[in-house]
Amino acid sequence: MNGVSRRRFLKITTAGAGAAALAGVARSVPGALGNVADPGGVRSVPTFCDICFWKCGAIASVRDGLLWKIEGNPEDPLSRGRLCPRGTGGVGAFFDSDRLRTPLLRRSRRGEEEWVEVTWDEALGHVAEKMLRIRAEHGPEAVALFSHGLGGAFLKHTLKAFGSPNIAAPSFAQCRGPRDVGFGLTFGEDVGSPERTDIRNARCLVLIGSHLGENMHNTQVQEFAEAVGSGASIIVVDPRFSIAASKAKHYLPIAPGTDLALLLAWMNVLVREGLYDKEYVATHGFGFEAFAAEIAALTPEWAYPETGIEPQRIRETAREMARYRPATLVHPGRHATWYGDDAQRSRAIALLNALLGSWGRKGGFYAPASMDVPAYPYPPYPESVKGKVDNPGHKYPFATEPLTNGIREATLSGTPYPIKGWLVYASNLIQALPNAEETIRAIQSLDLLVVVDVVGSEIAGWADVVLPEATYLERYDDLNVELFREPFVALRQPVVPAPADQKPNWWIARQLALKLGLGAYYPWRDIEEYLDHRLKGAGHSLDQLKRTGIWRGPKQPVYFDEGVPATFATASGKIEFYSLQLKQAGFDPVPKYQRPPVGPPGSFRLLFGRAPVHTFSRTQTNPLLADLMSENEVWLNARVAARYGVRTGDRVRLKNQDGVVSNPVKLRSTEAIRPDCVYLVHGFGHTAKGLRRALGKGASDAQLITRYAVDPLMGGTGMNVNFVTLELEA
Amino acid sequence: MARYGMVIDTRTCVGCMDCVVACKTENQVPEGFDRDWVTQRLTGRFPTLQLEIHSERCNHCDNPPCVTCCPTGASHVHQNGGVVLVAHEECIGCKACLAACPYDARFIHPNGYADKCTFCIHRVEKGQDPACVAVCPAHCMHFGDLDDPGAGVSQLIASRKHHVLLPAAGTRPRIYYLE
Repeated sequence: MNGVSRRRFLKITTAGAGAAALAGVARSVPGALGNVADPGGVRSVPTFCDICFWKCGAIASVRDGLLWKIEGNPEDPLSRGRLCPRGTGGVGAFFDSDRLRTPLLRRSRRGEEEWVEVTWDEALGHVAEKMLRIRAEHGPEAVALFSHGLGGAFLKHTLKAFGSPNIAAPSFAQCRGPRDVGFGLTFGEDVGSPERTDIRNARCLVLIGSHLGENMHNTQVQEFAEAVGSGASIIVVDPRFSIAASKAKHYLPIAPGTDLALLLAWMNVLVREGLYDKEYVATHGFGFEAFAAEIAALTPEWAYPETGIEPQRIRETAREMARYRPATLVHPGRHATWYGDDAQRSRAIALLNALLGSWGRKGGFYAPASMDVPAYPYPPYPESVKGKVDNPGHKYPFATEPLTNGIREATLSGTPYPIKGWLVYASNLIQALPNAEETIRAIQSLDLLVVVDVVGSEIAGWADVVLPEATYLERYDDLNVELFREPFVALRQPVVPAPADQKPNWWIARQLALKLGLGAYYPWRDIEEYLDHRLKGAGHSLDQLKRTGIWRGPKQPVYFDEGVPATFATASGKIEFYSLQLKQAGFDPVPKYQRPPVGPPGSFRLLFGRAPVHTFSRTQTNPLLADLMSENEVWLNARVAARYGVRTGDRVRLKNQDGVVSNPVKLRSTEAIRPDCVYLVHGFGHTAKGLRRALGKGASDAQLITRYAVDPLMGGTGMNVNFVTLELEA
Repeated sequence: MARYGMVIDTRTCVGCMDCVVACKTENQVPEGFDRDWVTQRLTGRFPTLQLEIHSERCNHCDNPPCVTCCPTGASHVHQNGGVVLVAHEECIGCKACLAACPYDARFIHPNGYADKCTFCIHRVEKGQDPACVAVCPAHCMHFGDLDDPGAGVSQLIASRKHHVLLPAAGTRPRIYYLE
């Protein structure tokens, strides 16, 4: 980062540059002004983005019949007319030369990525035959679905109709699950997605490991910049000096894994100094006295040796939060599966917000609303006799969604009952779940693995059947009936036709259902009929929505003082400072800090995060986005690097505590990270042959995450518990 | 007669490179090349650090060395807003302008001519902001007539501390960075 020059940037990005323009409009049009001429003839299509799962409203432009660009839809409350860099680069998904083009059947051993191209009829016939055989032998529950994002809606419908309740997404147990559970236990509601955070009105914003600006959830980043611009006091807690940290008034370079100690000490200061919102706590709180007693000894002096944050700075920042309450927002974060104590840490974040009185208040957490769009009237799904497989005996009593890792475990062990088929929709399980070796072993015990994806990801490489999906630019999906600050409904619709034999999920799911004899669950013939039926039920129509892309509902009250009822769906009906249900289940009723285990001597804790131009491991072959960032770097503290004699640009391999060694990756020697950890942007180091543009570029954090700490409350997999050493490449 | 310029707020810029990719799609910039780019400069020692982020591009200088050095007149100051442009069909690809530009803002397009930022004059002439300004999710970029004291850009320059890049080069750049 230090002094990246223009030439340097070009040097990095011109590797392998051909003369071909990125988009299909490769014609040179030397107009009088030297620009691409604007011949008119531009067709605009409103839709919404799918490069991440924020679902920003967008308007795509087609010029002379060729896809040109995509911009934010000004009518959309999420994008407010501006997409993020990934969304702007979304047209690259259409032009990606690594796209899957036709259905594929495996023709050698699993994972060797040798295929036979087949027709859709053959591919789906094969899948249906296998599914029916599994159902006959093991029951319908033996087929599970991993699905992330709105696109999987119809495949979920087909699987439920088939009779399986086993549908999970990594977005719970590998991401936001602990946060939603921690907030649910405290306020009776989770923060949702998009988060109900009123960042734009916050006067003090606290980010704990949340790196907005690099993590590019559009509305959050727009509001973050708005808060920075209006002079909000920003407090950032992170072992790495993130972009957000560079905007902060207070940057707290915390020791990794000790956030809960800091949170408890902050609460100790607020209570001891009487700075919390006493009226709010008295009106809405339950168990405050018992809570206060639990944290009475957890002073900043106690937290100092744990966190490395000086007592004076802990007090100063606690007072800063109190000064601006209730417009102080302690952001709940999003990717929260870090150390295995994550639901309790998230609960501590919720409690800190409760002390500040920010839930239900302007500049804190608003109450979102959505429009009433009736579901399509399907026949009822068959009841599952066996129930869900992922969490037997409610081992994780506070899990609110199915666990991907629970399904994997059941697949491996055959208990509580066997899982013999996996359908995987748009989630690269090899990179998303910790310990890929376990995932691969589970796959080897399956009778059927079907992957629906846009590119040949690592998980597609292990599949028996690969089904190529049309990109969001080429398909309809279900409606986005958004739960947000203001209610709206958004439509995704095709902008251009799919370039080869790719199909939309609704078509794939429907054809599969027909082959499974589940035609009764698809009474509609095509998706337009389905969408129009739903919209008519809400007093709108598909024709109208095709023109505007967004249908906005009336604004609703969003704060308690605007008339939102201050009710809490907890056991006590109040904000639970002290949780009896946690106590009854054998857990700490008030979060307790435990020192995180340290790594082997001389090793660095492996941390990972996001870059603004990529989503997970999905976008590295998008030519526009790869042109901005084609590989990741491993960040190492500059003084440590000097001690080891390594420099920025050196190629190193990372070796973890279990002997797993990464691809070579460029070193970034930087002051912007603590000396006890290293950092990688997630999503690189691809190994799938199908991802030609990204193959072998950078290192995969996922490959090095062989260990994980399971959250005892909800089964999430804490992944920041791996340690690496660095080996210089010759 | 307008004098177009840009004002970029480094305080709110998050360095996400949306400006870069918006330019690439709007102007069909070929793979491996960029008309705009983002630099980051980190100073200090951990954990007391400062980071300055710049979204950079052609500065459309009042005193443009790329224009005075051009042997064919392809590099020219456009009548509308004083924007510095290259007439592709007149450019012989000699690279004199690449050498003359202290900002490293130009490159030779695979089709053989010098290429760079145009301030999206094709959009500006339709009353739109340049693509990079219009897309910015941090709303940190502003475009307008620097000679109009009522314009947003002029007011920002008048009211906020700012700097330009390489003032000593004598080019009188027209992109201002708010601090």
